Amino acid sequence: MSGNLPAPGSALRAMFRHECALQLRNRSELYNPLLFFTSIIVFVPLGISPEAGFLKQLAPGMVWIIALLSVLLSLDRVFQADFEDGSLEQALLSGQSGYMLVLAKVLVHWLFTGLPLTLLSPVLGIMLALPAEAYGCLMLSLFFGSGALCFIGAVGAALTVSLRRGGLLLSLIIIPLYVPVLIFGSGAVSAAAIGDSYGATLAVVVAFWLAALMLAPFAALGALKINLAE
Amino acid sequence: MQQLLLDKVSFSRDEVPLFTDVEASWPAGSIVQLQGANGAGKTTLLRIIAGLLRPSAGRVSFNEVPSGHYDFLSQLLYLGHQPGVKRSMTPLENLRWYFALNGLKGVQSSARPDEPGYVQALAKVGLRHYEDVPCYQLSAGQQRRVALARLFLSEAPLWLLDEPFTAVDVHGVALLEERIQAHAEQGGLVLLTTHQSWRVAGLEVLDLERFKASGARG
Amino acid sequence: MNWQWFHRLGSPKWFYEKTTPWLPWLGFSALILLTVGAVWGLGFAPADAKQGNSYRIIFIHVPASFIALAGYYIMAISGAIGLIWRMKLAYMTMKAAAPIGAVFTFVSLVTGAIWGKPTWGTWWEWDARITSMLVLFFLYLGVIALQQSFSSRDAADKTGAVLSLVGTVNIPIIYKSVDWWYSLHQPATLKIVGKSSIDASMAYPLLTMILAFYLFYAWLLLTQTRVEILDRERRSQWVKAILLKPKLQEAA
Repeated sequence: MSGNLPAPGSALRAMFRHECALQLRNRSELYNPLLFFTSIIVFVPLGISPEAGFLKQLAPGMVWIIALLSVLLSLDRVFQADFEDGSLEQALLSGQSGYMLVLAKVLVHWLFTGLPLTLLSPVLGIMLALPAEAYGCLMLSLFFGSGALCFIGAVGAALTVSLRRGGLLLSLIIIPLYVPVLIFGSGAVSAAAIGDSYGATLAVVVAFWLAALMLAPFAALGALKINLAE
Repeated sequence: MQQLLLDKVSFSRDEVPLFTDVEASWPAGSIVQLQGANGAGKTTLLRIIAGLLRPSAGRVSFNEVPSGHYDFLSQLLYLGHQPGVKRSMTPLENLRWYFALNGLKGVQSSARPDEPGYVQALAKVGLRHYEDVPCYQLSAGQQRRVALARLFLSEAPLWLLDEPFTAVDVHGVALLEERIQAHAEQGGLVLLTTHQSWRVAGLEVLDLERFKASGARG
Repeated sequence: MNWQWFHRLGSPKWFYEKTTPWLPWLGFSALILLTVGAVWGLGFAPADAKQGNSYRIIFIHVPASFIALAGYYIMAISGAIGLIWRMKLAYMTMKAAAPIGAVFTFVSLVTGAIWGKPTWGTWWEWDARITSMLVLFFLYLGVIALQQSFSSRDAADKTGAVLSLVGTVNIPIIYKSVDWWYSLHQPATLKIVGKSSIDASMAYPLLTMILAFYLFYAWLLLTQTRVEILDRERRSQWVKAILLKPKLQEAA
């Protein structure tokens, strides 16, 4: 009886297009994490010190922490709308691979949050007097790092998807899981900022990204099914 | 022979039993209405059959394929309370997305409907000229009918419909009755719940009150 | 291999009745070992050459840290058993294990801070082990908070299990990452607590305390699991029979 579904490749492409179109149509939600990312930077000199020498030391970690928070704030909408309007159960009942569907959703989410954050990060680097040597590493580490953050965070988003006010809880359960990514991500940028070699540290971030990409959709899928059985 | 089989299906939520040992089977071509008071578990049973919920005991199979299995899902059309219609998308886009994942689910056919097919299906549910209007500009009833348009295209052998007539006018109900009847005649099996009165030939009824669990357990 | 015991675990009633006679044995042996270990460690073990008497807090700190980590794995393994074999008892153990583990982690953190004051001159030091322990504490809190926010027990059990499994995969990574991070930032002045081999006169009371803590933990976990069993099975006849027995005897 099998083989009467559209080919996985074409279904995945359609899913990808559909998700992208959805992101583009809810533009205000799209801008918010980016606005948060760029506006909260004002707090750093105001709250700590505007002195360039001091900011320079702070910059790698600060940009990373702010990027991490922006991703965290954007997470609760990865699955929420789909869960509430029934699209999620329709997608999972279509017979297409649930793993691929979750992968496509999170990938598109990253495309519209993680990637813009990465592209914006040099601006923040300049405002925090990040040394010129570190920009390449900053963008590379955020490119892969924000991917890892999105995929790990998707597990938390899936776990809390049926809870009305799951936002804060989502942060609570995900923060400890973000520790390794933050350590190696900001570690690589810090090394680059003082002219050290950062290749190995960056490689660890890429490894986290790959591992999250492969494993997190399984956990997220399981969590979504549990919530659908509510 | 296609057949939907419920084998001693029981369900309890957090140790509170809802129904026990539901036993039934229907051959292809049946139209079955689930009956029972509010809270008898009609929606729950539909979700169990679809594979969204796991029964506490018992098994569900369609054509000997257990529910939730890939080969089961590839024969299934499920319409829940929340129909999975995106408000920011147009009716046409919504249908395209649904059928890009599901296809027609006809026997041995992985085809998707074509564009005129979508437009026709939308016309059947009274959405002619609304094809390109974003759904958030449509009324709740109209949004619901975007999901119902799937029925006018899908060839899936098993339909599970939770309150399909909600927010549909008299004329719409008549069209749906006709479509459900036609689907059954082509060998489809339709299970549905509804509070509205409707008529089709050869309707079978499964009364969930018969399987109501007695309060205390041993 | 006889798997019957494993299938019997599917019945909370069987488990409850089977473990009733274990409780006093576990409880008393834990109490005796705790007393022996504490008196031995605090009263008779020699003072440390560098730290004097302040080191004696390790007799609580070290066993608590052991339990903190082991408790997370016990919670996660219970959750996995629940998910794989759909065993209700495993979920009850998991639910009981979460707050107990969190308390031991907290004890480990507090005793660490108390130890830190005379040793490093500060209550809090971002040392690798303390930092890892703090992250572990947050992992526990996450699981507890997640479980408590679901109104459906089924969903609470399963999501809790998934989260603790995800946490288990992450714990070694977190520990390694924090170690690496600490190796970058370690201030030279803090190397007071080197990896000196511990003398037998201190090691034996410490081992006694570790064993005592494990027994104590087992007793706590068993008691809490049994409470959870009674709560969840309260509608069943056997629980009613157990709970009403004293009252019926009184009446008779």
